[in-house]
Amino acid sequence: MSQYLEIFIEESKEHLQSLNECLLQLENEPHNMELLNEVFRVAHTLKGMAGTMGFTKMQTLTHDMENALSAIRNGKIQVDGNLIDLLFQCLDALENYIEEIINTGSEGKESYEILIQKLNQFLSGDSQKEEEQKASKEEQNVNKEEQAILSLSEYEQNAIRIGFQQGYQAYAITVYLNASCVLKSARAFIVFRTLERYGEIIKSTPAVEDIEDEKFDLEFSVVILSQEEKEKFTKDILSIAEIVDVKITEIREETHLKNPEQPKASTQENTQSLTKVDQNEEHENRVKPRAGKTVRVDIERLDTLMNLVSELIIVKNSLEDVDRRAEQNFNESIEYLERITTNLHDAVMKVRMVPVERVFNRFPRMIRDLSRQLEKEIHLEMSGEETELDRTVIDEIGDPLIHLLRNAADHGLETTEDRIKKGKSASGHVYLRAYQDGNNVVIEVEDDGRGIDAKIIKQKALEKGVITSETAENMSEQELVELLFQPSFSTAATVTDVSGRGVGLDVVKTKIEALGGDIEVKTKLGKGSKFIVRLPLTLAIIQALMVQVGDEKYAIPLNTIQTIEDIPISEIKSVQKQEVIVLRNTVIPIVRLHAILDVPEKEKEKNTLTIVIVRKGEKQAGFVVDGLLGQQEIVIKSIGQYLSYIKMIAGATILGDGEVALILDVNTLV
Amino acid sequence: MNENKQYVVVVLDQEQFGIDIQQIETIIRMRDITRVPQAPFFIKGVVNLRGDIIPVMSLRLKFGLDSDEYSHNTRIVIIKTEEHCIGMIVDEVREVVEFSQESIETIQRLAIGSEQKWIQGVGKTDQQIVTLLNINTLMEELLPNKE
Repeated sequence: MSQYLEIFIEESKEHLQSLNECLLQLENEPHNMELLNEVFRVAHTLKGMAGTMGFTKMQTLTHDMENALSAIRNGKIQVDGNLIDLLFQCLDALENYIEEIINTGSEGKESYEILIQKLNQFLSGDSQKEEEQKASKEEQNVNKEEQAILSLSEYEQNAIRIGFQQGYQAYAITVYLNASCVLKSARAFIVFRTLERYGEIIKSTPAVEDIEDEKFDLEFSVVILSQEEKEKFTKDILSIAEIVDVKITEIREETHLKNPEQPKASTQENTQSLTKVDQNEEHENRVKPRAGKTVRVDIERLDTLMNLVSELIIVKNSLEDVDRRAEQNFNESIEYLERITTNLHDAVMKVRMVPVERVFNRFPRMIRDLSRQLEKEIHLEMSGEETELDRTVIDEIGDPLIHLLRNAADHGLETTEDRIKKGKSASGHVYLRAYQDGNNVVIEVEDDGRGIDAKIIKQKALEKGVITSETAENMSEQELVELLFQPSFSTAATVTDVSGRGVGLDVVKTKIEALGGDIEVKTKLGKGSKFIVRLPLTLAIIQALMVQVGDEKYAIPLNTIQTIEDIPISEIKSVQKQEVIVLRNTVIPIVRLHAILDVPEKEKEKNTLTIVIVRKGEKQAGFVVDGLLGQQEIVIKSIGQYLSYIKMIAGATILGDGEVALILDVNTLV
Repeated sequence: MNENKQYVVVVLDQEQFGIDIQQIETIIRMRDITRVPQAPFFIKGVVNLRGDIIPVMSLRLKFGLDSDEYSHNTRIVIIKTEEHCIGMIVDEVREVVEFSQESIETIQRLAIGSEQKWIQGVGKTDQQIVTLLNINTLMEELLPNKE
């Protein structure tokens, strides 16, 4: 089955994405029949696929969605914001299923009954839905215990019934552990022991084996039969160390247990599917099928690769009979080989490349949701979706971008009233652009909102003690704005749901730097701000300058290097004990690589120093090296987890002679 | 039912240590090691093993013995666990011996202090005594988050 599973996952994701897009459009053009048909068709396909794969809950949900859609098509119900919201929620639920399937191989237990109920309410045109929705939301919150009760198998339910007859009470208990708890399974074990003194545990979620293996978060639920009062449990469990909270629900025959004699159609279906889940779970414990990471590749790209490899073989053959030929031929062959390897590298890289559209395509939906949530009119304009990036970068860049977009929508854009007052268009604009720039891909997030006020930042920074008033005086506006990237710096006056919890731009910055990129901000008060993210095209292979430091060789990534200078020793000045040089009117601090890398100095001070000028964002620095060994294409390798904490080394590479050279991390050295 | 376990016997400062053969990926001759700045004193650097970069540590330094003097007998034993790979420099690799469970004596207390947790027990045969290393604890300890 697993070979189909991957295809299923890939395709479902595509279908969900196209559903997302269609629904967005449908909201604006509610009478567009073609769109509606498209949505209907896709939902139907999805249902069919889920059915074939045996994911019954997904199938049920899509089936109900389909019903709603067909009602719209027949003109029975009208498309409005609420309905679209609901359909989006269903999509989210479906996405969760897919996630679950990717992680565990089964669709999980959640059956999203609430969504299904709401869909049915829309179908029956129920108008008191608002309140019910609220109620059901609360219900959703209660729930760990309820879930535990709901997931009781028939056998377990019978056990409870028998218990009731013998005068026992049944309770569903959820225990919450302290987040810092180290030995979770040990704590759980103590809880179990405590409970077993009072009665019999008939079920635990997750299963006992999983709890023993610490395969649970910070809470677990049990169902217990006992003659004691529930207050007693609460007290005893809470007295165990590292237990934060206990929630107990009494199970009553009439409300919680399904009557086996008169099974309603729906409930029976329910229990059936639940028992099925249990089987799945067992299955899960044995094998955990994990869907691998895949890239869909254009046939043409593979053909190019194939051609290159054949050429490579030809060159290899021509090299083999080189001795017989003149030296000139040898050089020719080498050049030929070089050309092919370069092309081969490009081709392989292209296979790994995916358009940023993969990340971008979920943003229109997100902005729409934000727009409703924040009650601001927001228009998202995207361009350059076809720009390609390495798959690994694509996977990582989503979260930082979401963060930037949320910031733009929440903090950047003013409220509609404010905009009108200021004489701006009522609806705010957020621009998301991607384009290639040399060996980098640039992604810009821009808004036409209020801009960032350097004064406010200064004030905040002073309050929080990020800077002293002395340094503040000497800082340019740009420098002040860049304080935003400092840890724990959030300027939003009020913390909202959307953004502003103090973890913010610093995390974005760290993430982007981890990907080998950088981020800068440009802002104009009253006009808006622009965040510019610069990312390397690929992570695996880079151009680097090899330098000699003492007897050792190091690589400096070429894209960070500005110039290389020979500076007479006399021109090195000292400012506050920091050695600097003045180059074309800018003061640049110099870094003695010997000292930092602990390399014994090879010879006495020369008259001139070779200095490699590197740049990181706006900052520059000069690295003093002993010699330049030339430019080279290097393959970046990790130096492994044991040494990963050495921040100034970004990795290692293997040189032509098999020797290892370390790559300097310019970001941490500047 | 063969419960015997095989150990590779290595020599450090004339003492014999045993490493579970299951945990050894390969054994290579001493080669040029690229020093890594700021690494702990017992990590000598990294080497290239068939295209992979592998850190190499000096067991002598880790165990508080005199620093290595490389000879033609010096070897790097490459240890591989599920996720990690590391090389360990030893004076000499001697042989492979088999110990049955009974011939391994777990030791309550050894006079070597903190090294104790890296030791699994002592294997005895008629001719020799081999201190068996507990590679897992040794490797776990090296991970940076354990500091």
